[in-house]
Amino acid sequence: MDFLQKLGHKTLSRFAALGRSTRMLIGALVNIPNPKKGTPLLIRQLYMIGYQSLLIIMVSGLFIGMVLALQGYTVLVGYGAEDSLGPLVALSLLRELGPVVTALLFAGRAGSALTAEIGLMKATEQLSSLEMMAIDPLKRVIAPRFWAGFISMPILALIFSAVAILGAHLVGVDWLGVDSGSFWSIMQAQVSFEKDILNGIIKSFVFALVVTWIALYKGYDCIPTSEGISKATTETVVHSSLAVLGFDFLLTAVMFSG
Amino acid sequence: MNTRKIEILVGLFVALGVIAFAVLALKVANSGISGSGEYYVLNAKFENIGSLKARAPIKVGGVVIGRVEGISIHPQEFVPVVNMKIDANYECQFSDTTSVSILTSGILGEQYLGISPVIASESARQSCLGNDSAGNSEADELDDLFGVESKALKNGDMIADTKSALVLEELIGQFLFNQGGE
Amino acid sequence: MSILAELDVESDLSQAIVEIKDVTFSRGEKTIYKNMSFSVPKGKITAIMGPSGIGKTTMLRLIGGQLKPDSGDILFEGASIPNMTRRALYDARKNMSMLFQSGALFTDMSVFDNVAFPLREHTKLSEELIRLVVLMKLQAVGLRGASELMPSELSGGMARRAALARAIALDPELIMYDEPFAGQDPISMGVLVKLIKSLNEVLGLSSLIVTHDVTEVLSIAEHVVIIAEQGVIGSGTADEMLAHSSPLVQQFLQGLSDGPVPFHQPASSYEDALLIQGAR
Repeated sequence: MDFLQKLGHKTLSRFAALGRSTRMLIGALVNIPNPKKGTPLLIRQLYMIGYQSLLIIMVSGLFIGMVLALQGYTVLVGYGAEDSLGPLVALSLLRELGPVVTALLFAGRAGSALTAEIGLMKATEQLSSLEMMAIDPLKRVIAPRFWAGFISMPILALIFSAVAILGAHLVGVDWLGVDSGSFWSIMQAQVSFEKDILNGIIKSFVFALVVTWIALYKGYDCIPTSEGISKATTETVVHSSLAVLGFDFLLTAVMFSG
Repeated sequence: MNTRKIEILVGLFVALGVIAFAVLALKVANSGISGSGEYYVLNAKFENIGSLKARAPIKVGGVVIGRVEGISIHPQEFVPVVNMKIDANYECQFSDTTSVSILTSGILGEQYLGISPVIASESARQSCLGNDSAGNSEADELDDLFGVESKALKNGDMIADTKSALVLEELIGQFLFNQGGE
Repeated sequence: MSILAELDVESDLSQAIVEIKDVTFSRGEKTIYKNMSFSVPKGKITAIMGPSGIGKTTMLRLIGGQLKPDSGDILFEGASIPNMTRRALYDARKNMSMLFQSGALFTDMSVFDNVAFPLREHTKLSEELIRLVVLMKLQAVGLRGASELMPSELSGGMARRAALARAIALDPELIMYDEPFAGQDPISMGVLVKLIKSLNEVLGLSSLIVTHDVTEVLSIAEHVVIIAEQGVIGSGTADEMLAHSSPLVQQFLQGLSDGPVPFHQPASSYEDALLIQGAR
């Protein structure tokens, strides 16, 4: 009985959290703020969230592309099919690794920073203070961060995939001697703009929504103490990584199974 | 950090994103069928399509002119029907005696459709493009009746002459049967 | 309870900027206030005092409309805060400001931008005018020389003064101070006491100070409200309070360790507890 009670209580509090987070998101997004005041805030957040994640994304992209090429080559060369290295690398990046790895790195780099920043603003009463100054913190603090995350992640994913393909070219063509012409041409023959690139971008937008939402909610809803913030930051990374993987499975099933 | 510097760096970030997108769209993906992207549709019935997939290339002499759009089962005859999207530049160029076969590139490669084109005659091409007068169309019908001249393939037509995919099991079966016969 | 109700009655309600009427508020299972009433007179310094943990900060959040009472009403300049629409509440908040315990300066802006922030958000003044106003406010708190510093470079007392400059940027009717003296050294405490008093006189605004620093606040407060046990236990001028008959008020004002508020948390008898421990 005690167990059931606990289970019921937990379920209800999950629903309550979902409700609170939805209310937060809607409160932040319902009316678009005055562009003259909103744009500088958005640009600042694009800088913090997007630009500052650029380095880790590009470096990871380069190395993942290089590793993919190395691993793919050793397998493919056994069948004399090393010319298919291009499509192997490009398809795995555009469909899966680009959006997913970017989202995971983004959750670790930008998501945790967002949670910690907002949690700290809550702990130091900056959010309350905004409210007392008759400024809605949802509009002022949450909304620009949400949009910046939502815009940044697909851009980062595109950059990740492009850099990774260049990395694969570096290893596959320049070091391992795959023919450059067939690397590109077979890739082009196999990769479709709509099916692979656009679907990858759609995935990226979904992940951006999920990760940014979780990060902002965890910060906004955290217990405003140092333990509360550190717990919320950890939860952001764990929950958004799991959510990204779960949504990736769903989206892959919808997009690529037909 | 002053605002101007931030603006420039964010601009750089977005520009990098656009460049990445352009690289992926132009260099990595095939930009659809070459040219304007206009196409027309042909169908072909096969006995067996082997492992032909949607989006497989359609080639004439090794040059890609289109892609397989979809594969379905004919509702009455229960044979596979392949729906092909072909570059609009080739509409009305092929005669309806053109044959299409399912081929394999290399020993482990993907399967694709190979078209062995029969070039349509000038009059058939004109009638297909709708340039003929009323009188001519009567003559065409007569021609059809006697099989004097073939028509050109236009949007929605069915190619009659098809060669199915080679299926390894069937080949081996045939080989054994022939051996047994000797 | 009847004694408390008597004490709540204020002499001239027309002169009150904030009126708390029969407010009951609870958080979860715990009742924080029960049918509490008092008022904050206009143009004076009012102090709300009480032991820690009885929800003094909660009181300020109720007045600011960040929390809603379970029952009762809170009037700010005659308008009911809990029944306001969101828009009206935001308009009302432009006439009040709050100095948070931590200062709550925005960490990503300089002191100057912090003070300019409410002006930029709520007025259409030109940058040149804003600069003048900000420098005036910073001069008033003695921090004009620190205008380009970031909040992380300020000491606790300076941060609170900078936050005070921000709180008066829009010339509000009412300033609420949440524990302004907590954790300050004697010098900055003296500075803050002097500032609160002079701001109240010069700007003609009303001040509401929530604190438990008895000596500092009694030196400047013209009206004192003491809260304990879910309600008001005494209110009046500082002298009236010092002469108050209630033992609870006296215990609080004199800082006695034992009295109506017991030194010990309620527990089973000490002897029993020791014996049980020994028996194990």
